[in-house]
Amino acid sequence: MTTQIEPALRVRGLVKRYGGRAVVDGLDLDVQAGEVFALLGPNGAGKTTTVEILEGLRRRDGGEIRVLGTDPAAGDRTWRARIGVVGQTTGDGNALTVRETLDHFTAYHPRSEDTDELIAAVGLTDSAGTRAARLSGGQRRRLEVALSMQGRPELLFLDEPTTGLDPVARRQFWSVLQRLRSGGTTVLLTTHYLDEAAHLADRVGVIDGGRLVDVAPPDEMGGELRLRSTVRWREDGGFRTVVTTEPAVVLRDLLTTGPRADLPGLTVTRPSLEEVYLQLVGAASVERAPEGVLR
Amino acid sequence: MTATTVVRTVDRALDRPAPPGALRIGLARIAIELRLYLRDPGQVVFSFAYPVIMLLIFGSVFGGGTTGPDVRFEDYFLAGIAATGIMLTSFQAVGIAIAEERERGDLGRLQLLGTPPAAYVVGKAGQVVVTTAAQLALLLTVAALAYDVPLPADAGRWLTFGWVALLGVLAGTVLGIAVSPFVGSARAASAGITGFSVVLQFFSGVFFVFAELPPWMQQVAAVFPLKWLTQGMRSVFLPDRAAAGEVAGSWEHGRTALVLGAWVIIGVVVCVRTFRWRRGEG
Repeated sequence: MTTQIEPALRVRGLVKRYGGRAVVDGLDLDVQAGEVFALLGPNGAGKTTTVEILEGLRRRDGGEIRVLGTDPAAGDRTWRARIGVVGQTTGDGNALTVRETLDHFTAYHPRSEDTDELIAAVGLTDSAGTRAARLSGGQRRRLEVALSMQGRPELLFLDEPTTGLDPVARRQFWSVLQRLRSGGTTVLLTTHYLDEAAHLADRVGVIDGGRLVDVAPPDEMGGELRLRSTVRWREDGGFRTVVTTEPAVVLRDLLTTGPRADLPGLTVTRPSLEEVYLQLVGAASVERAPEGVLR
Repeated sequence: MTATTVVRTVDRALDRPAPPGALRIGLARIAIELRLYLRDPGQVVFSFAYPVIMLLIFGSVFGGGTTGPDVRFEDYFLAGIAATGIMLTSFQAVGIAIAEERERGDLGRLQLLGTPPAAYVVGKAGQVVVTTAAQLALLLTVAALAYDVPLPADAGRWLTFGWVALLGVLAGTVLGIAVSPFVGSARAASAGITGFSVVLQFFSGVFFVFAELPPWMQQVAAVFPLKWLTQGMRSVFLPDRAAAGEVAGSWEHGRTALVLGAWVIIGVVVCVRTFRWRRGEG
């Protein structure tokens, strides 16, 4: 496949093995400039390994990668200055305050965002004079985001940025990301929260067993799976269900040929995003019902 | 849309000034390293109080005694304590601090920013030079006031003091960085490095008169920098005639410079080959 635009990030056939076992197994991925892309998958799906390879922190065993046009394994400081990274683990924090930390790290960038603006952007204004070690986990995470944004990166990697945060901190984090997105920064985000991917991302890639099993905008995720409706009604003292992509046709048939025209207990439901996701990652609590089969 | 995207990406890439050099970042790091050091009560108390307390204990226990040809114990041990102090603020402080920085996530951050390792080394070395100078100043002041230990008498002795201390600081700093990949967690580093340092102090003539130690102990000590640092410091604080009491019968300045210099080089080589921002891969 040839694309006319050079994507911010392009991955073909990425493979990474640990002890002979492939944790990333032939992964393909394109992220366009300016896009917010979420890699969604359960723990152990290969999200973090993939992202760390893209950041140039881990070596790969196979495949081709271009991150901002450069192979991360050969990325120099000029390249590194163009990306921002928030890793999965946040350290315990040191004895420097939020403001001291940000002021210090301006020395590392050719151009830096204003410290006060950064602090405000991540909602730490009230904690600007607090030492990092005394911040809450969510606040430390936001300090990391501020640091990752400081050098005005073109591409930002966020590895499970909200894992372990309470719901309020998560929402604050989301609003920080939405501000970033409106600034035109390309973002690759990993998460195992479906609502987070749906809320933040332009496109979602579902990763399972080290491969992308689906890539789509959040509302189109699951493709045909998503279009299967379940028509359910009561008949002969029990419930009957039909799984179909054309519920209107089924209903018309039922209304004309069924034993009762009022169809007691009738419901037509589409699978939720979560059900689709669970099917995609093979952890379906909902059985994969073949289309058109009466149960 | 597509065309402008390419233009923007390329423009922004070309637009970017080059990242700041290692020296500029290194100078910023000296300031931040000092600030972090001063905010670590454990480090400050240990590196400043420990040598002074040692001096007070040795002064109380051995005060007034002599060793060798008319050498006061206070003077003899001050040399050893000054050398130990240099090892504390360089090797020990650096080795333990790096393990802690790794656990706090500080080193991971530096890696993600593409920090040149040289900038990190400049920051550490600068911090160690400043803290060691402060510590030695405190120690010599207490020694002069409380025990009448004479300060180096002439420019030649100050010069010796300077180069011995500087080589000791450099060797200690690079060796502290060099051992950091091998010491494990911060807790393990603290126990391991401190334990090693204490044993080395016993072997190197800090707690006992070196010439009176068993020969095998002297030979083991001669491999490591502390023995030479201690001997160099004795040549500063003891009268010239005391050189006769040394194992070699002289201060061996040439050999001292050689051994300390060799350790600096060994440390640098090990750092270059093994230093990692993170444990494990990368």
